[in-house]
Amino acid sequence: MTGLSLQLNCPGEGAFRLTVDCHIPDRGITAIYGHSGGGKTTLLNCIAGLRAAAPGSLIQFRNVVWQSDQQFVPPWQRSIGFVFQDARLFPHLNVLQNLEYSSQFSRHQGDISISSVVELLHLGDLLERPADSLSAGQKQRVAIGRALLSAPQLLLLDEPLANLDHAARGQCLYYLRRLRSSLDLPMLYVSHDIEETSQLADHLVLLEDGKIEAQGSMLELCSSLDTRLSQDEQSAAIVLGTIKRHDNAYNLTELEVEGETFYVNHLPEPLAAKRRLRIPARDVSVCRRRPPDSSILNIVPVELAEIGDVRDARVLLRLTLGEQHLLARITHKSLCEMQLVVGDLLFAQIKSAALLTEAVGGHI
Amino acid sequence: MTSLELEALWLTIRLAATTTALLLILGTPLAWWLSRRRDNLSALVESIVAMPIILPPTVLGFYLLLLLAPQTTVGRLWEQITGSQLAFSFSALVIGSFIYSMPFVVQPLQTAFTRVPVGLLQAASTLGANPWAQFRSVVLPLSKRSFITAASLGFAHTVGEFGVVLMIGGNIPGETQVLSIAIYDHVESLQFGEAHRLAAGLLCFSFALLFLLYRNDPDSAWRARP
Repeated sequence: MTGLSLQLNCPGEGAFRLTVDCHIPDRGITAIYGHSGGGKTTLLNCIAGLRAAAPGSLIQFRNVVWQSDQQFVPPWQRSIGFVFQDARLFPHLNVLQNLEYSSQFSRHQGDISISSVVELLHLGDLLERPADSLSAGQKQRVAIGRALLSAPQLLLLDEPLANLDHAARGQCLYYLRRLRSSLDLPMLYVSHDIEETSQLADHLVLLEDGKIEAQGSMLELCSSLDTRLSQDEQSAAIVLGTIKRHDNAYNLTELEVEGETFYVNHLPEPLAAKRRLRIPARDVSVCRRRPPDSSILNIVPVELAEIGDVRDARVLLRLTLGEQHLLARITHKSLCEMQLVVGDLLFAQIKSAALLTEAVGGHI
Repeated sequence: MTSLELEALWLTIRLAATTTALLLILGTPLAWWLSRRRDNLSALVESIVAMPIILPPTVLGFYLLLLLAPQTTVGRLWEQITGSQLAFSFSALVIGSFIYSMPFVVQPLQTAFTRVPVGLLQAASTLGANPWAQFRSVVLPLSKRSFITAASLGFAHTVGEFGVVLMIGGNIPGETQVLSIAIYDHVESLQFGEAHRLAAGLLCFSFALLFLLYRNDPDSAWRARP
């Protein structure tokens, strides 16, 4: 038995009821994405044991049952770390004491040392500061460090970036990506921000009105035409690329995706690093021949894989680029006039502006 | 000071210290319980705790006397166990003072506990702290000032009681004659000079204590006064 098994039933305010039956993978970051009031925090609180789910529920992590009709393991005995939206640092302690807080409870020995956490999250300059004196972004970094030092086997994050301003959010995202790549720790990340989610998550659980609408790999779900995500104005595909070249003369970075080159604004990552790009469907158009002399830099050959339903005179296309997918939102009129059918070989034109803004989010 | 007065002073300090210690030990869990609930039962308990603030001390003393008298169940039980009478003893004074000063200890603690955010306790629990550890490592340090306030007010209020002591303790030198009673005794026998000495002493003590409290933490000191 690996990962986290959930069969949850939990009443909320009014007629709301959280009903979830799913399995969370034991690796990587699983995002629980949905609108506010959809039950995301309730779900996290049930997993942490901060509230008890209704009878009939089962929560099992690896081989340990955390809640069943026979037993309820209290939060302090579950091998979790919890990062709250509002940091919740202890105001009577300084940063170092906050980080060391869990060491007085010998829950289990962690394999991460305080010095490596300080190094990982760049907390060295803050250690002597009172928790009260930190900025919101610094507090959240300390809260993440404090949770890591409690030797969790599963890290729960409840909208950790929601209270941060744009700059602090970008910084925190950077640190979370560092955690993902340097620690072997499954994380459950609750968010209602699809951009933030798409930068981080490997798996995605779509939660709406207390029910799971869809779940699966982040990259696949984002390019699916069947979920609520695709109906959103912000719908976007995510592609994974490798940094090939930094073009300092034009302040651009070349990213290789499935053998094609994407030009994006300068990224901080070193050569050969993997990087995700979020490409909004509304910024992608298609044409049958490669347009000559276009100001658009990113034009890639694709195959039309799927045509969505017509909504408000527009239609969403799923395009295949090697093993990956792009989404394009075009008008119904264009679809008919171009006589597009599944299997057509096309060129996707991506407004560079789209790639540029999306890429800014994560860098510091 | 005469030896009788020294005895009264020592007795007063012993009574106040014993009462304060008992109140801190038993009042802390009670204040915690009250701070975590909002229902009829807690409102009932809260009202009982607050009664001594508005009741004339003689009323409290009168009923305590009826309760603790040798012919009552409590009085008889006490005599069987300890071999001595409960009414008009130092133990009776401790019981009376305990009830009489309880609101002055419980209320500041309850206020302080209520102000500790539940979120911090949740955070502590996810970091491995069981409820007792949460109380020790989060609630206690965040309520430190209120403990000082509660202890000071409990002590001072016990030193200042008169009616209850007179009703259930009487006026036995060395056993139940505390300073406030000694002053009353002096005045009764027209020894105004002696009365002055003790009264002025108490006045200065009370003033100094309150001044220190208000200077360090004006908020919680005022909050303890309904």
